[in-house]
Amino acid sequence: MSDAYALRDVRVVLGGRPVLDVPALRLAAGATTALVGANGAGKSTLLRLLAFLLPPAAGAVTFAGVPVTYGAAGLTALRRRVTYVASAPYLFRGTVRHNVGYGLRVRRRHDPAAVEAALAAVDLAALADRPARTLSSGEAQRVALARALALAPEVMLFDEPTANLDRDSVPRIEAALAALARRGCTVVLATHDCEQAARLASAAVTLGDGRLLTA
Amino acid sequence: MDLGEAVLAALRLIAAADAAVIDAVRVSLQVALVATLLGTLVGAPLGFAVGTAAFRGRRAVEIVLTTLTALPTVVVGLLVYAALSRRGPFGGLGLLYTRSAMVVGQTLLIAPLMATLTMALASGADVRIRETALTLGATRLGAVWTLLGELRRGALAAVATGFGRLISELGVALMVGGNIEGATRTMTTAIALETGKGEFALAMALGLILLAVALLVNLGAAALAASR
Repeated sequence: MSDAYALRDVRVVLGGRPVLDVPALRLAAGATTALVGANGAGKSTLLRLLAFLLPPAAGAVTFAGVPVTYGAAGLTALRRRVTYVASAPYLFRGTVRHNVGYGLRVRRRHDPAAVEAALAAVDLAALADRPARTLSSGEAQRVALARALALAPEVMLFDEPTANLDRDSVPRIEAALAALARRGCTVVLATHDCEQAARLASAAVTLGDGRLLTA
Repeated sequence: MDLGEAVLAALRLIAAADAAVIDAVRVSLQVALVATLLGTLVGAPLGFAVGTAAFRGRRAVEIVLTTLTALPTVVVGLLVYAALSRRGPFGGLGLLYTRSAMVVGQTLLIAPLMATLTMALASGADVRIRETALTLGATRLGAVWTLLGELRRGALAAVATGFGRLISELGVALMVGGNIEGATRTMTTAIALETGKGEFALAMALGLILLAVALLVNLGAAALAASR
């Protein structure tokens, strides 16, 4: 299996403080990898690095076999192949449907069917015309997931995807993540729920205090 | 004339669409609207850049911009007068005592305020807005547009604040406009002149209109901000 990502001697510094140190890490394409570790372990930082939202202070990142060059115009093209869903997602002003269609609009793609399919996949069709800001945190999490699903990217990165959900909603989201994996999408999810990691992931990476413990 | 009589006389002048009143309102609105637009075009991008970028000396730039917002209008008027007067560096343009001169002065007055308000707005914005836009595929410029869209309530309030400051300012309008009837006489310069002459009715009429304009601008900005 080829690598979606290969990291070598990567160090991330925020506010002058080193927050992530990864000597070597490979994430297989088409696999689901769980990032596990306690709060502050560096899981979210690693996800944001993988989403090309954070440049490394040192080291090399290779994506789909091609070295990543930061600061280049090509970053937008790279980001369009990867979608990151934060643990506390930001919803734009406007309706749920407006939010779910955002990524398609910035790509100048008119695809209402993709929006409707993404809404249906997370059971949000009935709320499509509701102002997004009026939703509960669990519903907001589902909107963020639908927003990513509508884009069908090669890689999906999830930060605690079920942290804000009630117990009944968790299986639905986990089923959506499993369906992504079956479609061949590379999935990386940060979780501190080891049982969830075992249910969904075929590989696990353990982080602690900003360092890679096992991979 | 007591206050009550002045208010009644003012209302009669407004109802009769008095030519002097209409002229002053028209000039005030024209000059303030154009200067607000120009001041926003100059100040807002600067404020946005300072508010969102990390660079050495940012704090110093913030202090300079904030200090410039406190510039007295008469000082700006004096500087623009010196620049545009016959012996000044731009005297050859013949702009002194024209509406263009007033626009230049008011733009200089408002640009630091627009920069400071935009800077506060941008630096206080939720960091997730830009990151969400980027991860969903927006370009860097697209993410800036999204951020501005999300902040539009504050942005409109900033523009309304700027317009409110200009429509009610006197120093620049008087010093570089010259208070020429039908040409550069604004509501504020007319109020100062008519009050000096003891013509309280006209001054009061213009004062009431000034208040109404400020109210309308703020209501309009609030309605726009509340829209989707």
